[in-house]
Amino acid sequence: MILIIILGMSLVTMIPRFMPAYIVDNVHFPDWVNRWLNAIPYAALGALIFPGILTVKPDQPYVGLTGGLIAILLAVLRLNIILVVIGAIATVFFLTTIL
Amino acid sequence: MVTKVMENATSTKLIQAQRGIATGIPIMLGYLPIAIAYGVLAKQSGLTIAEVTLMSILVYAGAAQFMGANLIAVGTGAIEIIIATFVLNFRHFVMSLSFMNRLRGFGLKWKVPLSLGLTDESFSVASLHGEKAKQENGTYFYAALMLTAYLSWISGSFLGALLGDVMPQSLSQSMGIALYAMFIGLLIPSVKKEIKMGLIALIAMLVNFIFSQFLDTGWAIVLGTLIGGLIGVFVLKEEKK
Repeated sequence: MILIIILGMSLVTMIPRFMPAYIVDNVHFPDWVNRWLNAIPYAALGALIFPGILTVKPDQPYVGLTGGLIAILLAVLRLNIILVVIGAIATVFFLTTIL
Repeated sequence: MVTKVMENATSTKLIQAQRGIATGIPIMLGYLPIAIAYGVLAKQSGLTIAEVTLMSILVYAGAAQFMGANLIAVGTGAIEIIIATFVLNFRHFVMSLSFMNRLRGFGLKWKVPLSLGLTDESFSVASLHGEKAKQENGTYFYAALMLTAYLSWISGSFLGALLGDVMPQSLSQSMGIALYAMFIGLLIPSVKKEIKMGLIALIAMLVNFIFSQFLDTGWAIVLGTLIGGLIGVFVLKEEKK
């Protein structure tokens, strides 16, 4: 039964992933659609960050928020993305275990 | 010193692949702890080590796998789990459409496998390296990037299932911020370059936040992404051909 669930989950995840490969091969989009699609990565980043970041520690939304603000600060200072990630992890670790 | 040696096709492939792996390292850092946490949880939900790993190989979507393992543990029906997975993962359709449109020049034998490697993370990182689509053997860059992320996810979940709770809870909880921090680290440089990218992201956040009050997370993210992206129609310049 678990195997059937995994296969079903796989199909409904894979089909939406690969359909666009065939769509772009057969359809040419007008320019405004291309601009829409070019903006999707930035919109997706926004939607992926917020409000999800508040649930890093579900009962204390400020923990994720502070980690996020530190990440913004480090990214603005042009630190390498790995350091941005490590800085945010350290912040959350500090807030949840040391404080 | 720049070597005068002519780069042959094999070496540009190798260089692109190396760059792809290097670009995938932050994803790997974010994936490993989360994949391990998934492996631990899924194993505790009653899945065998093989099933835990197979789900990572075949589904390859973090949030859906956590949800799936939780729902299996409480005995939810197969159809219900599969529909919930579809809703949660439908955002990949939008992301894939955006990414595939960028890769128009590639053949289907590249586009199909690359599309199957798309996750929130690999999509974001790959899209912000859109210039590779126009470079020689850029396919190797994307393939290496996708594989780095994919293999980290699979090996992390296998380790989690195999070893059980290896990480102290305080540390694994702190790791929960890793991917959000990566998304921020990806977004900020683009915003610094062009402030309108920040406007697009901000609208997407707002729309996602509003819809998440009364819709499934999956649909709220899809709507946030689509409506945020729609701003791009008005503020982005036409792409030079």
